[in-house]
Amino acid sequence: MATAPTTTPWPRLGPRWGLFLGMAGALLGFFAISLGVGSVSIPLDAVVAILWGETDQKPSWSHIIYAIRLPRALTAVLAGAALSASGLQMQTLFRNPLADPFILGISAGASLGVALVVLGTGVTGAGLLVGLGLLGQVGVVAAAVAGAAAVLGLVLLVGRRVQHTMTLLILGLMFGYLTSAVVSVLLYFSIPEQVQTYVLWTFGSFGAVAWGQLTFLAPVVLVGLGIAGLLVKPLNALLLGETYARSMGLGARRARLWIIASAALLAGTVTAYCGPIGFLGVAVPHLCRALFNTSDHRVLLPASVLLGGILALTADLVARLPGSEATLPLNAVTALIGAPVVTWIILRRRTLRQAFAA
Amino acid sequence: MAATILQTSGLCIGYAPKRRPRVEVAADIGVELLKGELVCLLGPNGAGKSTLMRTLAGLQKPLAGEVLLEGRDLHGLAESERARLLGLVLTERVDVGNLSAYALVALGRYPYTGWDGRLSAADEEVVRWAIDAVGARDLAGRSVGELSDGERQKVMIARALAQEPAVLLLDEPTAFLDLPRRVEIVQLLRRLAGDSDRSVLLSTHDLDLALRCADRLWLLPLDGPLQTGAPEDLVLSGAFQRAFADVEFDPAIGSFQLAQEPEGEVGLVGEGLHALWTARALERAGFRVVGDAPTCVEIIRDNDDSTWRLHTATGDRVCSTLYELVKYLKH
Repeated sequence: MATAPTTTPWPRLGPRWGLFLGMAGALLGFFAISLGVGSVSIPLDAVVAILWGETDQKPSWSHIIYAIRLPRALTAVLAGAALSASGLQMQTLFRNPLADPFILGISAGASLGVALVVLGTGVTGAGLLVGLGLLGQVGVVAAAVAGAAAVLGLVLLVGRRVQHTMTLLILGLMFGYLTSAVVSVLLYFSIPEQVQTYVLWTFGSFGAVAWGQLTFLAPVVLVGLGIAGLLVKPLNALLLGETYARSMGLGARRARLWIIASAALLAGTVTAYCGPIGFLGVAVPHLCRALFNTSDHRVLLPASVLLGGILALTADLVARLPGSEATLPLNAVTALIGAPVVTWIILRRRTLRQAFAA
Repeated sequence: MAATILQTSGLCIGYAPKRRPRVEVAADIGVELLKGELVCLLGPNGAGKSTLMRTLAGLQKPLAGEVLLEGRDLHGLAESERARLLGLVLTERVDVGNLSAYALVALGRYPYTGWDGRLSAADEEVVRWAIDAVGARDLAGRSVGELSDGERQKVMIARALAQEPAVLLLDEPTAFLDLPRRVEIVQLLRRLAGDSDRSVLLSTHDLDLALRCADRLWLLPLDGPLQTGAPEDLVLSGAFQRAFADVEFDPAIGSFQLAQEPEGEVGLVGEGLHALWTARALERAGFRVVGDAPTCVEIIRDNDDSTWRLHTATGDRVCSTLYELVKYLKH
């Protein structure tokens, strides 16, 4: 072959490590702030000291951090990372910039499960966070897990058979409509206290997960993220569409199944424990595309995990309204942050396609 | 004698949907692709060109028969093995999001890289070679979204080349391109087929280009078997004309004529380039050009100027452009 002319230098593949380091630092920072801020304010140096294992701090502070704030912050990071990674995979698989982790009907399944338990069996109380007894809370989580798992199984079963990925998209959409119809019928025949319990679950919260549940949530999310990590190469090939991906040696059906499994596992588990948390899954991958200026999943996946954690912590911080006793619904906060972000990204680009490319 | 890379025998292509009768698109296809050859697959819409391309690319199973790629059954190969032997380029413009052309071509190393798709130094060498081979060096750093359709197709060809395939399959890769871009791509493919042991199979609607560039044509008519041969052989045997029976192919000039209501005969006096293009204008208007007829056009050259004098039974008329001449003749 002719020798390459030495005009312009070849572009470099690979990520910008500086940005990654910055994001990891920001995640740690927000994590520490999140442990210090709340109805009782704990100074940052005390937080670090307590985490470091020093015992000469106030015992009440130590208790607040270990029993309440640490599991909550860990849950927020895991949930944000899981939903963002899940959303990224769905956007690439469906080649749709507005796809989110719930596109396959997973949150609909979880909602149905919760609605059936809460509205059907008459679990009442002021709310999931405080009012519910242990039995009720476990019941709600179990129902959400069952609902999400049922949909997950169904999606995998259908995913093995259908030819076109778009069929899955439509099935997920229709399943969502069906579920909300059933839920609204259930709501119609329920007493206000039951309705309130259900509605509180739909608000979403990172506070309902204690250490015991974290021992389940954390490994499942880590496994889901691990699978996603193994899928970066197929995801990159799928950027070209299924035909090209197959021509380059991708086993399309197998890859699709693994992508769905990972995304559904991540979104399903988080939804079961934290409620259907919106916007993180759509917004974070877009933000990462804009920040890193690439569509390469080897960059986007770790970036989405980090940024998802950061934004979930931030949203939780805002929702807790530091310095006051009141809390806001988490979903309201994610939507208030997320909707303008997505709008800004899309308007900044000339077309929706380029927004996806952003 | 060049070696055969790809060979089919008794190939029957089509679709076999569940619980419905299978749809046979074309049957009994026995063709071969030799090293270093550029072959064009031609045929009217609906004859099954795309189905054949998909089958040869291993994306679709044949209904019967087999495809041998370097002596091995194509449809029995593992996906990554197949991808090392076959590269594919399609018509449609893909939105890959925000990747540089370089990163896009690097995706072509897919069948060679490990689980995370990281490129070794040797892989990057191949990527650079592929980009240089299509002459896209100056596009390498640009985002694929900013490229024109022609530039993008070049990059897609480089991506297929990065797979280091023995066979390059292109399904109407030039359909959306303008004529200069089409010629450029076809010249590129000619060169790629010529310089190496690679063979190139190109399906196209562009009969004119196919006739001029292909070493061999695969002609897939709506009914009847696929025929192969040098373009000229197929024209002389009449196979070409039969495959496109609904339009009139003129073997004398090697291109298609627009069928017209005959308007009559016109004589033409003159020579050289002007006579040639005058004849073309008259034919386009539906006249048959003969040596001598009651209506006759005479070309008058005066230095750089030329005019056309029209002799008719009712009198003469001088036209300064062919447009004027044709307009007048028609009324």
